[in-house]
Amino acid sequence: MIKARITVTLKNGVLDPQGKAIEHALSGLGFGGVGAVRQGKVFDVELAESDKAKAEADLKAMCDKLLANTVIENYAVEIA
Amino acid sequence: MKAAVVLLPGLNRDRDMIAALTKISGTPPVTVWQTDTEIPDVDLIAIPGGFSFGDYLRCGAIAARMPVMRAVAEKAAAGVTVIGVCNGFQILVEAGLLPGALMRNTSLKFVCRQVKLEITNANTMFTRRYQPGQIIRSPVAHHDGNYFADADTLARLEGEGQVVFRYAEGTNPNGSINDIAGIVNSQGNVLGLMPHPENLIEAAHGGTDGRGLFESALGIAA
Repeated sequence: MIKARITVTLKNGVLDPQGKAIEHALSGLGFGGVGAVRQGKVFDVELAESDKAKAEADLKAMCDKLLANTVIENYAVEIA
Repeated sequence: MKAAVVLLPGLNRDRDMIAALTKISGTPPVTVWQTDTEIPDVDLIAIPGGFSFGDYLRCGAIAARMPVMRAVAEKAAAGVTVIGVCNGFQILVEAGLLPGALMRNTSLKFVCRQVKLEITNANTMFTRRYQPGQIIRSPVAHHDGNYFADADTLARLEGEGQVVFRYAEGTNPNGSINDIAGIVNSQGNVLGLMPHPENLIEAAHGGTDGRGLFESALGIAA
């Protein structure tokens, strides 16, 4: 079995109102020097597959087809 | 004119859409379920608003991958008129039938109020009952209506007259780019918009500003 972590983040230039709100909240808690905060998503996926290359290709296809909206988001696939 | 309404778990404006289409066209629309792989022979397909699949992952993302949406895409490619309102708009962009994306409102708040819309393009099959530049009222109710498209897509939309409705007079409720409230695809037969014209079609609603959209799309004389 292969365990993978997929990270989905907003592309540069796409406004992230939630990240902005978190940034302000952190400043409000007294954390000085907080620059930009961008919010993303993490998916931990278990695959019944032993071939790493095949798993990576499948995981990328999952990102393109569902897990990420590539109009606004980038993704990264990390296999443990 | 025959119409179909797409039903998905979590939608909650389906009855409003069915009522509007029935009242305006005189015939109740047929309904199609998420697992249906074929849509009957109709002139118009409407995807109503709501929170399909609980807005999990991204608004409209799961609904856009349901079998019925492949059938909608086939009908759209064949020239059938398609209208997506609110969550229906989000589903159409997630399905790739309309460009761009709908993001969280910049206020981070759910907005439920009336806005003003400018008819940016009155030369579409959805707006021919309106005048160019006409301002109409429409309710909105959404959390993720902040339309975004990259610079090239935006230039194409603006240049080709695909921006059909724009929030007017400072009433943009969600921070959408260029005040965009509704767009059509390049063929002009698929419309997505965040406002709810189906909720302003008779005196009991407090106005009939939204009626022209359905009369236009259904080819009904005003």
